[in-house]
Amino acid sequence: MERVPVLKIGDILLVSIQIDMEDQVALQLQEDLAERIVATGVHGVIIDISALDIVDSFVGRTLATIAAVSRVLDAETVVVGMRPAVAITLVELGLSLPGIRTALNVELGIALLGKRDVGDEPADDEDEDDPAAVTTS
Amino acid sequence: MNEESQRLPVVTDQDVVRVRQLVRTVAVAVKLSLVDQTKLVTAASELARNTLVYGGGGEVEVTRVHNERRGGIRIVFADQGPGIVDLQLALTDGYTTGGGLGLGLSGARRLVDEFEIDTEVGKGTTITVVKWCR
Amino acid sequence: MPLSPDEAGRFADLLSGHAEPMVARWTELVAANLRGRLSSAELGRQTADLQRAFQQAFAAGATDLGDEAAAELRAQLTELSNHRARQGFTATETAVSVYALKDAALEALGDAANLKDYVAFSGFVDRAALFTFDSYVRVRESLIADQAEQLLELSTPVVKLWEGVVAVPLVGTLDSARAQVVMERLLQTLVDTGSPYAIIDITGVPAVDTQVAQHILKTVVAARLMGADCIISGIRPQIAQTIVALGIEFGDIATKASLADALRHVLHKTGQRSPGAKRTER
Repeated sequence: MERVPVLKIGDILLVSIQIDMEDQVALQLQEDLAERIVATGVHGVIIDISALDIVDSFVGRTLATIAAVSRVLDAETVVVGMRPAVAITLVELGLSLPGIRTALNVELGIALLGKRDVGDEPADDEDEDDPAAVTTS
Repeated sequence: MNEESQRLPVVTDQDVVRVRQLVRTVAVAVKLSLVDQTKLVTAASELARNTLVYGGGGEVEVTRVHNERRGGIRIVFADQGPGIVDLQLALTDGYTTGGGLGLGLSGARRLVDEFEIDTEVGKGTTITVVKWCR
Repeated sequence: MPLSPDEAGRFADLLSGHAEPMVARWTELVAANLRGRLSSAELGRQTADLQRAFQQAFAAGATDLGDEAAAELRAQLTELSNHRARQGFTATETAVSVYALKDAALEALGDAANLKDYVAFSGFVDRAALFTFDSYVRVRESLIADQAEQLLELSTPVVKLWEGVVAVPLVGTLDSARAQVVMERLLQTLVDTGSPYAIIDITGVPAVDTQVAQHILKTVVAARLMGADCIISGIRPQIAQTIVALGIEFGDIATKASLADALRHVLHKTGQRSPGAKRTER
């Protein structure tokens, strides 16, 4: 079974999903991430899904679980790079990925995490002021 | 009316991935728009997983179809599982017996142009979906 | 009912024997119908071509329009309807161009015609006219589809308004297909430019119904999933009334009266200076 690599960059774990994951691989990633967060003590996780041509409800649920678990472990998760066609499909599917922060690309995701670290707001705050952090830089 | 059909068994996780890839290939071949490809592959992924998880495995058949005006794809998901007791309920957003998000059936239905479900308790379930080119 | 090979042969002889008077009469009949919108020289040429195609089809033993021997004739008929459709002639005017052959043939034959032959011949011409009619409709349909597509291309620009801010000024009626194109293009532009803010300006949209509102809402939700924020601007008083009357919930989506207000709102959120002020930093 393939495994999705998890990279540590500074205070962030970076995951770039490059394969069409079977369900077991997604679950494995969920476990790996929780372990790496604890082992490394990072406060941010970025999951790059720009290579995924679909996100179905299983992957969506896995992402939500990863975000929730990392939050318990004091790390903020940002999902970045969702393709427009994927976003449109998710809306039609009725999947809104509650509690997941998103950014357009890895750079904006990192900026978002940088801003987050200072504040201590609840993560499922609906009013998104976040993208703001990026345009000023 | 139809051209070649391709069949795949759905018995393992990897089979669900294979179904996605086959549907993607055929969707590209009939020239569905990118968004429609994505919708169809997502729907296929949901339904193939249902076949595996709830139906205990089964078979998927992907066929290119045509009517007078346009081309499209028909996908049939068939299992010999326990069937669906309350179809109305199963098609409701958020309802699940399998611990999922409860969007599989209802969500997949919104992603395709035609959706037909044929189920009998104790006999199995067959779901047929069609997506047409715009 | 297909012709007998025998009959086909007789028609071939007949058409070649009376070629000139027949073409002349045929052209005259068609010209009366088109009321001078095609020059008689051009019409004469078309008719002569068609007459030759009919003659050759029969000579080659075509007993039905679908025959291999009638391939050239079918091509000619398609060409004719193509031509007529693009020049804006009606379907009747196009079909009559073929039907007129029957009258021309009858007159050219005079009393020499045998009734049974003529009926068979007439049936063949009818099928040719129907074929012309069909391809006329096909051409018109593809013309309409092309125009609709061109309209979509024309009417959905996505512009970069400011660093990190893109805008779509929507103009005209939004139907499902157009709304979808707008939605896709806007979202793609967000990715391409890395802009976390989008302003959807509906100043130029005459009416908003439930469906259009749904499309806008879906766009906003999709943009959020991707990590971008949408602001809707240019909501005119009567549209605001409709939105409330229809019970459409815009929820927590930011709405502003004008594009300028929307831009100011975004710049305020990002902590940038508004367009009027001097930028001191970088």
